[in-house]
Amino acid sequence: MTPEELDRTREREQAADANFEHHVHVCVGTACEALGSEAIAKNIESELKAAGRDGKIKVRCVGCPGLCALGPLVEVEAKDKPADEPATLYQYVKPEDAKEIAASIGGAPATRLQADTRQPFFTRQTKIVLENCGRIDPERIEDYIAADGFQALEKALFEMEPQEVIDEISKSGLRGRGGAGFPTGLKWATVAKSNSPAVSRVPDDILARKFVICNGDEGDPGAFMDRSTMEGDPFRIIEGMLLAGYAVGAGKGYVYVRAEYPLAVKRLRSAIRQAQRGGMLGANIMGSGFNFDIDVRLGAGAFVCGEETSLIASIEGGRGTPRPRPPFPAESGLWGCPTLINNVETMANIAPIIRRGAAWFAGIGTEKSKGTKVFALTGQVNNTGLIEVPMGISLREIVFDIGGGLPEGRSFKAVQTGGPSGGCIPAQYLDMKVDYESLAQVGSIMGSGGMIVMDDQTDMVEIARFFMEFCMEESCGKCVPCRVGTAQMHGLLTRISEGKATQAHLDTLTELCDMVRRTSLCGLGQSAPNPVLSTLRYFKSEYESKLVKDGQHER
Amino acid sequence: MSAKTLTINGKPVSAREDETILDAARDAGVVMPTLCHLDGLTDIGACRMCLVEVTGINKLLPACTTRVAEGMEVRTDTEQLRKYRRMTVELLFAERNHVCAGCVANNHCELQDVGIAVGMDHVRYDYLFPKHDVDLTHTQFGMDQNRCILCQRCVRVCDEIEGAHTWDVLGRGVKARVITDLNQPWGESLSCTSCGKCVMACPTGAIFKLGSTVEESVKDRSKLAFLKNARDKKQWVM
Amino acid sequence: MTAPAGPPRPAPAPPAGPPRPASASAAAPTATPPAAVDKRTKLVEATMRRHGFRGNALIETLHTAQEAYGFLDDDLLRLVAKTLKLPLSKVYGVATFYNLFTLKPAGKHACVVCLGTACYIKGAGRLMDTLHRELGLSAGATTPNGNLSLLTARCFGSCAMAPAAVIDGEMTGKIAPDAMVTRLRKLAEDAS
Repeated sequence: MTPEELDRTREREQAADANFEHHVHVCVGTACEALGSEAIAKNIESELKAAGRDGKIKVRCVGCPGLCALGPLVEVEAKDKPADEPATLYQYVKPEDAKEIAASIGGAPATRLQADTRQPFFTRQTKIVLENCGRIDPERIEDYIAADGFQALEKALFEMEPQEVIDEISKSGLRGRGGAGFPTGLKWATVAKSNSPAVSRVPDDILARKFVICNGDEGDPGAFMDRSTMEGDPFRIIEGMLLAGYAVGAGKGYVYVRAEYPLAVKRLRSAIRQAQRGGMLGANIMGSGFNFDIDVRLGAGAFVCGEETSLIASIEGGRGTPRPRPPFPAESGLWGCPTLINNVETMANIAPIIRRGAAWFAGIGTEKSKGTKVFALTGQVNNTGLIEVPMGISLREIVFDIGGGLPEGRSFKAVQTGGPSGGCIPAQYLDMKVDYESLAQVGSIMGSGGMIVMDDQTDMVEIARFFMEFCMEESCGKCVPCRVGTAQMHGLLTRISEGKATQAHLDTLTELCDMVRRTSLCGLGQSAPNPVLSTLRYFKSEYESKLVKDGQHER
Repeated sequence: MSAKTLTINGKPVSAREDETILDAARDAGVVMPTLCHLDGLTDIGACRMCLVEVTGINKLLPACTTRVAEGMEVRTDTEQLRKYRRMTVELLFAERNHVCAGCVANNHCELQDVGIAVGMDHVRYDYLFPKHDVDLTHTQFGMDQNRCILCQRCVRVCDEIEGAHTWDVLGRGVKARVITDLNQPWGESLSCTSCGKCVMACPTGAIFKLGSTVEESVKDRSKLAFLKNARDKKQWVM
Repeated sequence: MTAPAGPPRPAPAPPAGPPRPASASAAAPTATPPAAVDKRTKLVEATMRRHGFRGNALIETLHTAQEAYGFLDDDLLRLVAKTLKLPLSKVYGVATFYNLFTLKPAGKHACVVCLGTACYIKGAGRLMDTLHRELGLSAGATTPNGNLSLLTARCFGSCAMAPAAVIDGEMTGKIAPDAMVTRLRKLAEDAS
């Protein structure tokens, strides 16, 4: 597709859309699809066809609009709807409700099924990463193009030098969304500057000597932001990777996705095929002379593969064990070549930054944390689902306004962020701003975006034990502190949980936490003690109340 | 190849730029405990015994995989490092069954040596003692999983020096263990050349020569560096 | 490329091939009737061919093999090692490193319970206890008649449906332990 063809496609698609008086969006994300949303879409379509209205009303299968707790969701939007009016949203829709919904279009809404779209869940979000999720058909490249897709790529390829793309990302202040928050522009600049080795281990069918990897191995239990992005807007990830490849001088990209996300894998593969057919991937992209292609690689169920050196080992076809850094993948990564690794959400932010400019992005968020963050809000909260909020919003706004608070009769105890690498944040910090630094200060991390609300009935020692069991089972076994240390800490936590531990055991646990954190080889081990340390910091009395007072050792 | 100047424990040291902190430390006569390191094999930084402090870097770095740099200030023997090393050795002793008195490698065991070096007099952790078998199916060698510390020296020596890649690691975490071929008895392994390099490489009594008394089981590990040098550089230095 | 079928896949496929003796003689796949073997072996070989029979195709190949056969037995691993020219121990090491690969045949039906944090908070642990008490099944176990396997997963990313499980490839959410027991008991007793 040349730039002119891209323009023509966009205009044609937008004109076609303008012909429809109403748009119906049916969520086909994993959660809604499991509850039969594909049948809902099909039924609505056939109802409309039977009524001869299918020329005026467009039914689209779309990615996740966010409020999974109310799914399956169906949205009906009138063409002439004022921009500040929300569209009509239907919740808990069943395939047999199709008739009622179809009949209501253009008339009074089917109030029986209607969701309240004026609640903060819908009004308090800022969507960048998820701007297309729930709006476009993720299986049609034309839908993405109509939503200004590939405009950033066109701009970069024809109006910007690679260094200017890197500068733009640096100026935007974007930081890695995978957890640690490393400045994205700096990472790109390092990869761009790194020389490819004269002799490498690259398989002979691959010509590239620099790589871009998109990390879609979303392993934190309780996190599904990246799944929804990959399912709902896969082309955005492709465009982000293309821009990254152009900026750092890479010729090949890999998306590493968990095999537990079959729908995301299917949509990504379909998106890559369509992009290849449209000349947006492959040789001489858009006639610019830039070559870049993308392959999907499947994970096979190993949390440690979210760590970048493990992920590389896995793409190379081996056991996903990490290796010491330095050298960092930016200098020596996949097959010994300079490799850029960014997670899905980071990649999803790239195209909008290039399209709308660094200044626009830097205007959102706090001084050190720019832009938005997508969170998977789950646990004991009314509005379970996916939210995108500006950095710097308070935890209270997230949990009580957007999340709608806890279910009737339950009271707030803590919110867990960062999964097995993160910590529990107690009520006293509810008014804290959510950004990288603040979360680290209270002993948790931003992490990839899982946010799990816990109520007063939650046993914090049990939570710490749950996460330690996770880390123990996911430890690759390479380094001693993580392999044996997590097993020992799990044993100690179990002992405390069962009321068989003394103060000495608690001291041993605390000492082990410090040792494993400081001496483990990779991020998994280094952060495995975090859930224990944070619960010990804020809920120490829960530990102490389980100790045997002047008990006998049960060594 | 240019030289780099750094300090180790306050003492100025010069090293070639391709050397690791461990190389430089050894050249300078600084003793540091190691377990997964073996001269001639690729380092993997797994045992964490050689962790050092470097000024300006918040993380502890494994000396065996970290290259020297100009002006680097390295400390190998601080209070903190001594404490962590001791804990690491204790964790290893608690992981499987390391009863020295009944071991073929008694007095010739690197784990035992390191335990003494770090001053480990008792183990504070629960002994996990998983049930492991002893494989005596090979005609010349035996493998006792109970003594294995998963340093992967056998895996690397077999892959990198012998080239057979008979050994690898099964599973992960505390359940990981070394295997031959398709996790089959060693004696049935088709790839094993019975060269005995894994026996030489093993730091403990996990892989041993059958029929040898404790005295006979002294391992000549310098042979491996000799082979590596001969292969890579065509230099036969005994 | 083929997409994997359904969420974490404990093979709804028929119990793969008859038990094969772990012979030391390698190579030729099995004693199963050639036709049945051929089709599945062909799938595995196609994956390896697509990747130019290169060693880095190991994980992709094991995915296809696991999907085709439902589990990875020694002869299959030997075939993969031989075709990709990889050491046997490396293939075995990779196959046992990742959770999604299994070396034992799964039951005819499979229930995968999510033990992610959100599900855990909403009672997945209690659900597992109930299943253990009522059906005598613990994680990773199969009923003696080979009808039903109980497996666990880290997180399906379907936290809004917590506690969630996948039964024979189909996602179910907001599970009530009693209803689950009834449903699984039926599968365990299924004589068909």
